[in-house]
Amino acid sequence: MFTNFFTLLRANGLNVSLGEWMSLQNALDKGMGCSGLSEFYFLCRTVLIKSEADYYAYHRVFLEFFEEVIEQSENPIPAELLDWLNHPASTPGTFDPDKARENMRLELDEIRKMFAERIKEQHEEHNGGSYWVGTGGMSTFGNAGNSPTGMRVGGESKFRRAFEVVGEREFDDFRQDTVITPRQLQLAFKKLRQFSNLDDAPKDELDLDATIQSTCDNAGNLKIEYRRPRKNSVRLLLLMDSGGSMDVHRKLCAELFSAVHQSNHFKDLRIYYFHNCIGKYLYTGPELRYGDRIETEKVLAELNSKYKTIIFGDAEMSPYELTDDYYSRSGMEWLKMIKAKFPHNVWITPDEMRYRPGSWYRASYDMIAQEFDMYVMTISQLEAAFSKLMVNR
Amino acid sequence: MAENIKEKFRESGGYVASQQLLNAVNVAMLLQKPLLIKGEPGTGKTMLAQAAASALNRKLIIWNIKSTTKAQDGLYVYDVVQRLYDSQFGGKDVANIEQYIKLGKLGEAFSSDEDIILLIDEIDKADIEFPNDLLWELDRMEFNIPETGKTITAKKRPVVIITSNAEKELPDAFLRRCVFHYIEFPSKELMEEIVRVHFPDLEQNVLDASLEAFYRLRALSGIQKKPATSELVDWIRALTLSGIPVEKITFDLPFAGVLLKKNEDLDTLERSRRSGFRR
Repeated sequence: MFTNFFTLLRANGLNVSLGEWMSLQNALDKGMGCSGLSEFYFLCRTVLIKSEADYYAYHRVFLEFFEEVIEQSENPIPAELLDWLNHPASTPGTFDPDKARENMRLELDEIRKMFAERIKEQHEEHNGGSYWVGTGGMSTFGNAGNSPTGMRVGGESKFRRAFEVVGEREFDDFRQDTVITPRQLQLAFKKLRQFSNLDDAPKDELDLDATIQSTCDNAGNLKIEYRRPRKNSVRLLLLMDSGGSMDVHRKLCAELFSAVHQSNHFKDLRIYYFHNCIGKYLYTGPELRYGDRIETEKVLAELNSKYKTIIFGDAEMSPYELTDDYYSRSGMEWLKMIKAKFPHNVWITPDEMRYRPGSWYRASYDMIAQEFDMYVMTISQLEAAFSKLMVNR
Repeated sequence: MAENIKEKFRESGGYVASQQLLNAVNVAMLLQKPLLIKGEPGTGKTMLAQAAASALNRKLIIWNIKSTTKAQDGLYVYDVVQRLYDSQFGGKDVANIEQYIKLGKLGEAFSSDEDIILLIDEIDKADIEFPNDLLWELDRMEFNIPETGKTITAKKRPVVIITSNAEKELPDAFLRRCVFHYIEFPSKELMEEIVRVHFPDLEQNVLDASLEAFYRLRALSGIQKKPATSELVDWIRALTLSGIPVEKITFDLPFAGVLLKKNEDLDTLERSRRSGFRR
């Protein structure tokens, strides 16, 4: 029944398996979901969809497939559903490739001119659409829109496609293939393990071989021996860039942070924050508050050099932050101190370098890349970075 | 049938569930698959199992998952050290291994003669491989104890409810075996019903004002930890106890610290209040 619905769901990227589909048939056989369209709708969703993130996509496919049924049905779509359709909370489906291509060709000056004209004409609020200043939609102005180029007016960067936000920056297309799921991230962190039982954990695991040996030595009188469980001996130091150009990566930072935190297998875990480049102070919170600061030298003195060190930042800053005595020593000197103290180190950037070689924005990145091994936060590169951290020196 | 459960739910100590959630419980029971419940913290995921147990008149067994929990802990533990000691000092018949096998929560649910609801609470707290280790046991409702050579099979298939706070992503193979429901944040109408259960005598204008303030607060952009049902209930309790005049509730938001638990969020609220509480 409805096999086309199954194929349509899969064609729309909803990864429904045959097993789940058979479960649905089973439920229908048992008489569930037969009393109305909305019950059927929720039954399919419960059985087939396994993430709230897919609810919207499912909703669209359902409406598309059962459009005719919905129109012909005497008791059509329940009011609740219809309401949702008419007032979607967001409008992710409004991407229009033709309009996108058209907008791509526009120069910044043209967009500015159009914006000035439009401001004169417009007198009300707009959401979606491709002409007016508003939220969502394909217009080149406003916020949270889908146009590949344009001007952001208020709000926060959502798709990072505005090229007139802070000065003149060129953004390439936001790369989808670099997206990494939290689970993959957590699994990657599992690589950072080195088992050893030379640990200060309590001895609470029965050591069978030793028990047999000492019982024999004890002339057959039972003598139980315990040993320490084998535990991960990796200590991790994570230094994270926070604020400024890192704001667009806030979600990624949060995911990285929680992945590290949930990987509760580390012997010790230290996380500190800095802004742009490491200086005289590190901070214990991402807000970089004055009260949270701690001297970098103190951190260096406190930790031994066994700590595996991950620096997470986009390495984008003004080159003078690295070369001038901006933080009582130059930024580069601080970085070299870190590198010298912690021989197991990698630098991970949230994104591929966007700027062409030789551009001014890239200068700081190139300088840092001479000192640190740089990795981009993709599955394969993360694994390579972690393998590098685990190499004995 | 669903209507029936809803009625029983209400009798059973004030759990207000949406129709969709009740349907999901029904589907899970009918298809004999575990029901995976996700949702914002404070939307009553754990309470659902308790309410379902008393509504369906089943015994509830709760397996609380912690970061150190292993799948084996839920099945059984073999106390080998006790057996060794007994063999030395006598007293018990050590040939009878069975007395050294202690069943875990899952084992308990399987071997029970009663109808059981098994709640596996906060499955995402455990190690990332944990759900995969339970696939077979939850699918076939049986497991083997190699020490005694016995197989524990569920006498009566328990209804399994699993909750997750989405702290960790769950593996695909596990998800495919579950029926899934995401508890959406309650709409204003449903929330009114929920608050009514807790405060039957609350005046309507206080309820309206606090709900309005609450939903406006949730809609405020930049709030990191949005207040949920349990915070709202605490807040209304604070409001009623202090006797603050109704007209102050909406804009002054007294006791905002009950609703917002993070300093940053209180700062955000302060900023938006200065600009007239607009989004």
